[in-house]
Amino acid sequence: MTSREQILERVRRNQPAPVELPTHFEHGIVFADPREQFLKVLDQVGGRGMIASDLVDAESIARTLPVMLDAKTVVSLVKAVRLGTLDISTVDESHALAGVDVAITQGKFGVAENAAIWVTDENIRHRAVYFICQHLVLLVPASEIVSNLHQAYEHLTGGLILPGFGGFISGPSKTADIEQSLVIGAQGPRSLTVILVESGL
Amino acid sequence: MTAQLDHPTAAANFIAHPERAHWHDQALWFVRTKRDRMARSLPEWELLREQASRIKLHTMSHLAKYLQQFEQQATKLGAVVHWATDAAEHNRIVRNLLAERSVKHVAKSKSMLTEECGLNPYLLQHGVEVVDTDLGEWIVQLREEHPSHIVLPAIHIKKEEVGQLFHERLGTQANATDPQYLAEAARQRLRQEFLRAGAGITGVNFAIAETGGIVICTNEGNADLGVSLPRIHIASMGIEKLIPRTADLGVFLRLLARSATGQPITTYSSHFHGPKPGGELHIVLVDNGRSELLASGDFGRSLNCIRCGACMNTCPVYRRSGGHSYGVTVPGPIGSILAPARDPAKHSSLPGACSLCGSCTDVCPVKIDLHHQLYVWRRRLAERGLLSWSKRCSMKLTAAIFRHPAIYRGAGWLGRTALRTLPRWLVYSRVNIWGRQRELPPPPHQSFRELYQIEQKNKVKHERDNRV
Repeated sequence: MTSREQILERVRRNQPAPVELPTHFEHGIVFADPREQFLKVLDQVGGRGMIASDLVDAESIARTLPVMLDAKTVVSLVKAVRLGTLDISTVDESHALAGVDVAITQGKFGVAENAAIWVTDENIRHRAVYFICQHLVLLVPASEIVSNLHQAYEHLTGGLILPGFGGFISGPSKTADIEQSLVIGAQGPRSLTVILVESGL
Repeated sequence: MTAQLDHPTAAANFIAHPERAHWHDQALWFVRTKRDRMARSLPEWELLREQASRIKLHTMSHLAKYLQQFEQQATKLGAVVHWATDAAEHNRIVRNLLAERSVKHVAKSKSMLTEECGLNPYLLQHGVEVVDTDLGEWIVQLREEHPSHIVLPAIHIKKEEVGQLFHERLGTQANATDPQYLAEAARQRLRQEFLRAGAGITGVNFAIAETGGIVICTNEGNADLGVSLPRIHIASMGIEKLIPRTADLGVFLRLLARSATGQPITTYSSHFHGPKPGGELHIVLVDNGRSELLASGDFGRSLNCIRCGACMNTCPVYRRSGGHSYGVTVPGPIGSILAPARDPAKHSSLPGACSLCGSCTDVCPVKIDLHHQLYVWRRRLAERGLLSWSKRCSMKLTAAIFRHPAIYRGAGWLGRTALRTLPRWLVYSRVNIWGRQRELPPPPHQSFRELYQIEQKNKVKHERDNRV
């Protein structure tokens, strides 16, 4: 008998009496102004939030961000934001992204209760870019802020297949492993800037 | 028979340093209060816990079906699913995967399962270098010890000690204690490790049966760096990590970080569906005693556990005795249930390391009845004759005393008199374990029974006087 059969046989034999699967959770907190809540929580998790009226505005906001001042290598995956110095579709190995100072990419939507932003590797050759850059800038449609994670998953599973990589990002990389002291910038990005774009994204 | 690991003996060294024990207690209590703030901020908190518990109970009662569904879906996405009945088989599978691909260097993110299986020393023996990339786990690895907490692996270590360690191993300034400076030094080194690694090994927080995807949560981003740079990703998971539907993640991700560290969600919650383009994804499903636990009516609910560590942060015994005193990968209340299930003789002292205060049960996000299970464990261990000699004798003696009122009264008088008249060295002798860390209260002159009798007499007299 293979290990697979052994495990399945033992599990089948030992499973407790059937318990019913509950229907989906329907009591998620709903905010009157999800955008305001999103920005509030984003601040609490160490991120920085800004609002742009359109993509032109977003580009000028991005250009003047403090993290852009000494940035040598910038990757922009948002067409309308023409600040990139490196086209990652020409890069073969993700390892070559180790020197990226700022990555500007797009988040699909945000979640107000925890400032999480959904990102995927669709049309992005290297998913490593989200994690290896020194500073991350995410552009998110301002109209796409849901209140809670239940709504977020409704959004995701509504007839869609999840991509190869998809993830929620809430704030910059951080650690409190040394005496519970919060340090921003553990192994991943040292900062996260979120630009909520009101139209055009 | 395996040698018994005695919790009080193992904790003795920890509590010998009261200041340090107090500091440890306070650090964890701080995390517990952050958890409370988060829980109170959601009006639906209790409904969420109930939902999570019911989803887990349902999944465990249909586990074979979900395991097969997960395997089928994951395979369809291009992942390779492996099955390991025990730790040894898990380690062999991982080692073979690495050997076949000539991988000599691995970046590993936090995984309690690989700790449970002893993967690091095994791979090291076979010529593979493993670097733990979670900062806390890396510190613990450099010190050649084990994590003392499942979410906060280095919670027992002071910044001065980290400074000394990094000075010796990374060449940082001597006597550095600034967490910012020390974490930056670690960042520089660990980012090199990610770039050097031939494979990334991770744990799994949740595996989705309906899609065949896995979800991994970190704050540091180390799991994502470890799997997005090397071509090969090996994910090890216990078979209890399954959930039926993608939407169930809404429930579990809302509970996990809030319960663990008081954050609204971890910084990164990454969903992997199949390997990355040109890469490989191997998922190792590990039983290692879990299917046996499933059959146990008393302790089966412990498989609900999502490893948030909230029961440790709140436990008055854990906070004051340190994670290492439990002698197992998963310490604290949940560990004291899981460990005896694996080896009752070896871990028989753990269910006794509990005051039955019930705080763990109150904070558990998946509603495991932790203190009830610990109580049941004590009975089961007694039935199997696994209680220590001193505990067996004192239990028998106590039972005899409570059965005979005259002896009970006599024993009370004897105790009060002895405490008053015997010399201190005799009262606080080795035999009296209650006198080891505490002063005994001054003995009252009368017992409650005597006071009550006097009170009754006075009452009768008073009533008689009134009538007259």
